[in-house]
Amino acid sequence: MQRYSIFSLLRNALSYHEGWERAWRAPELKPAYDVVIIGAGGHGLACAYYLARDHGITNVAVLERGWLGGGNTGRNTTTIRSNYLRDESIKFFDASVQLYEELSRELNINIMFSQRSQVDVIQTWPKLRDLRRRSMASELQGADYRLISTEEVYRRIPILADLQRSRLPVIGGAVQERAGVARHDAIAWGYARQADAAGVEIHQNTEVTGIARSPRGEVTGVETNRGAVRAGKVAIVVAGNTTQVAAMAELRLPIQSYNLQAFVSEPIKPVVHVQVNCPDAGMYVSQSDKGELLAGGAIDQASSFRQTPRYSVLEDAVTALIEMFPIFRRVKLMRQWGGTIEFAYDASPIISKTPVPGLYVSCGWWGGFKAIPIGGRTLAYTVARDEPHPLNAPYSLQRFDRLNFLMEPGTVTNR
Amino acid sequence: MHLVPCPWCGERHESEFAYAGEKKSPRPLDAGSLADDVWIDYVIGRANPRGVTREKWWHVRGCGLMFSIERDTRSHEFVAGSAEAPR
Repeated sequence: MQRYSIFSLLRNALSYHEGWERAWRAPELKPAYDVVIIGAGGHGLACAYYLARDHGITNVAVLERGWLGGGNTGRNTTTIRSNYLRDESIKFFDASVQLYEELSRELNINIMFSQRSQVDVIQTWPKLRDLRRRSMASELQGADYRLISTEEVYRRIPILADLQRSRLPVIGGAVQERAGVARHDAIAWGYARQADAAGVEIHQNTEVTGIARSPRGEVTGVETNRGAVRAGKVAIVVAGNTTQVAAMAELRLPIQSYNLQAFVSEPIKPVVHVQVNCPDAGMYVSQSDKGELLAGGAIDQASSFRQTPRYSVLEDAVTALIEMFPIFRRVKLMRQWGGTIEFAYDASPIISKTPVPGLYVSCGWWGGFKAIPIGGRTLAYTVARDEPHPLNAPYSLQRFDRLNFLMEPGTVTNR
Repeated sequence: MHLVPCPWCGERHESEFAYAGEKKSPRPLDAGSLADDVWIDYVIGRANPRGVTREKWWHVRGCGLMFSIERDTRSHEFVAGSAEAPR
């Protein structure tokens, strides 16, 4: 594998950048693998990488219906944070932030992880109590999420509207300093490139149409539009469409899909230096390195596989954005899009083996981008050893057998 | 703008309505005698179909009627004439 560095960049510049080798191969589909991963998004590719790195399992195929990283990995707002509520969740997501901090070096690709901090702008007393509870839970687990004063909110976000005489004045804030954003393509490409170098095969335009099982019910492989593939272990990593793929193995999961949209503005000069989350207004915004404002709001209220924005929801998010930042009122929007997120019944993810022997699932993601490294690593552990890693043991499917919910109320997305 | 066809009021703006989840089979009367997995599936199970599904909608900021209606989860279009309200 060609290493990426300043020297390889200079060397390739001399040949007009025509000498770069392919980042990953496009091999023929073999009739059998040890492990088949359905879905080449961040989580699926990370799982393949950690299967090879941590467990020496390299006879792996990642099958993708569309193109690599073209699902929710390419549709989210790239927020990485760990200010969750439950002890289990804070540990899990904070481990993910720590992996992200090392990821550029680990994958030899610049993921542009910018730990610019996230500031929550609080405008109601119930939200202040909620985030105070969160900050205390974070402190117990060593995550750096803490309350700040109204003055400190305005110091960190100088262009925030003066709301002190409005119906919902700013009454405080909360900050996580290590929160940040990263370049989503680079993460998918980085994991794909390293997994490929370790021997994993990535097959795009390969749609799984069925899951084959033995008479005793064990998974024996998958059917695809390019023919049957045998495998002793199959992992479903297709958040958004988990219900449909799991149904191929007659597996019913407590999952519901929703449409979440985001939009970007035209590029403007740097004005917002942190990620801003306004749970009471119902909007979050950050400014990309290119200068675009990247913002989103709430989900569509009914379950959906639409993957496009709806005007009524977009209007709510834009209204909230203008209310919090009146200086953006003449900025034009360039693009808007939707992605399919999933909620498990208790809003915590599921990374687990299933009642079907040899079948594993990673689903229930409604903010899965931030969990890609740890989600992939713990899923790889679960697939390789057929038992959960301590970090994803709380996210097993078995928790629903006794209705032991791990309730995880969210911020804007899941309010 | 998205209009929801309320059986009582006719088409009204969606902001007047609250989505109340998938329309499920009636609650079992003898829940205590059910097997655990059957009861748990009733409580938390979801069909989550990609396509037309029957759902409950509540005209909470209108006439207050709770009714069921078919909707396509791929397009959000309601199926004309599919609304059913309890009498």
